[in-house]
Amino acid sequence: MTAAISIRNVKKSYGSLEALKGVDLTINRGEFFGLLGPNGAGKSTLINIIAGLAHADSGEITVLGHNVVGDYRQARRALGVVPQELVFDAFFSVREVLQIQSGYFGLGKENNEWIDQLLDALALTDKANTNMRALSGGMKRRVLIAQALVHKPEVVILDEPTAGVDVELRKLLWGFVAQLNQKGHTIVLTTHYLEEAEKLCDRIAILNHGEVIALDTKESLLQSEICSTLHLIIKTAEAVQELPQQLAKTVREKVKQIDGRTIRLELHKDKDSIVEVLAAITAAGIQVIDLETERADLEDVFVELTGKGASS
Amino acid sequence: MINRGFYTLFYKETLRFYKVALQTVLAPIITTLLYFMVFSHVLQDRVMVFEGISYTSFLIPGLVMMTIIQNAFANSSSSLIQSKVTGNIVFVLLTPLSYVEFYLAFMLAAVVRGLVVGIGVFLVAICFVPVPVHSFMFLLAFAVLGSAVLGTLGIIAGIWAEKFDQLAGFQNFVIMPLSFLSGVFYSIQSLPAFWQVVSHLNPFFYMIDGFRYGFFGVSDTSPWISLMLIFVAFLGLAQFAIRLLKQGYRLRH
Repeated sequence: MTAAISIRNVKKSYGSLEALKGVDLTINRGEFFGLLGPNGAGKSTLINIIAGLAHADSGEITVLGHNVVGDYRQARRALGVVPQELVFDAFFSVREVLQIQSGYFGLGKENNEWIDQLLDALALTDKANTNMRALSGGMKRRVLIAQALVHKPEVVILDEPTAGVDVELRKLLWGFVAQLNQKGHTIVLTTHYLEEAEKLCDRIAILNHGEVIALDTKESLLQSEICSTLHLIIKTAEAVQELPQQLAKTVREKVKQIDGRTIRLELHKDKDSIVEVLAAITAAGIQVIDLETERADLEDVFVELTGKGASS
Repeated sequence: MINRGFYTLFYKETLRFYKVALQTVLAPIITTLLYFMVFSHVLQDRVMVFEGISYTSFLIPGLVMMTIIQNAFANSSSSLIQSKVTGNIVFVLLTPLSYVEFYLAFMLAAVVRGLVVGIGVFLVAICFVPVPVHSFMFLLAFAVLGSAVLGTLGIIAGIWAEKFDQLAGFQNFVIMPLSFLSGVFYSIQSLPAFWQVVSHLNPFFYMIDGFRYGFFGVSDTSPWISLMLIFVAFLGLAQFAIRLLKQGYRLRH
């Protein structure tokens, strides 16, 4: 089966900066694929090359088997891109914008019904005849999504679609995008909200310094060694200055932080027993009054691999 | 292949200037008519350029053509620079439109704007003074070809410019002087020999001179030579503009 997007050894430099250092990636049809990475990792450069907004120095990209350079017309017909920047054409109303975008792809009045459906699904029907300038940021973002989908592309790329978007709108967008994916559209998502990627994506690639440093299913990434860590946070009856001498060395080594009445430990979720650790602490004379656990998530994988926080 | 995608971009580019017609159509008509009224009032009884043709009548074709070429340039260049600066050019770049379709849509919309404003100036001006029409075919050929050349030049300038300031520089230091010094207000026969030679190096001179021939049947240079030169300039500029679009120069990074 032809891949939705096939990326082969794509390199791109801006002067002395190597933005992409030979990226290889295959995104399968029907996948919900997450492309993660810190700022400057090369995500937007890669998306721009796929979309034809930038030229690769070398390598090859196909969309549904169509080369994005040699067969760009078919490749672009198959692709819908929601750009990261909140851009709009101030001359036109929402409906005009969508009809014009539809026309660029060779579609005429026969596509009006789909445009109405998009307006409805994105809660824009009552703004259809409003000039783009008069819309709020969230509404403009929804119009961008409608523009990307107006020609019913099989592959949809969403570049940071929820940046600066409120929770309610984010829910609406994800509900809509999930529906598209269920209908067979391939979705490629870049986001800074890692919990979104964790919730929605089937497979995830992490890009850093122009290279793919991780590529696996969400489940595999979450079961990796990085994610075997379990954080145990203990609240004690009294403030702890230093750990008692009688506390077992094996437990002492797992203590990562002491802050007043809070002790933070890092355990292995399979090899360590919370009960045994608690027993050792109690035996050492520390009175535990509360505890909580935190499992490692995609953010921990991201931070570990890239050495940066998600919002960096 | 020309298809609906091309037609949509052409329609959008014409709709864009139609939506702000006060600024893009009416304002240049008023400005040109002010030139017409001031110059004809001052020079009507003092200057005779062609035998049997009043200065006011002589002025009209030049002003109409100047308006056509300035507005054709303004249409394509301002549309492109606005789209680039605001970022909405991306909506066109993401589509399957070919480079030739992109070029033709912007160029033809510029021709339409040039002709609409030119016709507007002409219709109002002939209310004041009658102007004969010697050859409608020459009129049409020079108007269309002249605006196509300037529309193409506007595309090139719009692609090249990265900020409004650069485009304004191009407009004020290249387009305006060349159009003002192309014989709109005078015949180059009245100039000293040196400046006559310099005027022949100004491509806009051939547009004005040939267009004027369409009205009066009199010109400084053969209209066929002017038409041929403009056509060659058009082909060269069109090829250059399409090449820039194909390379993605300052559009696709």
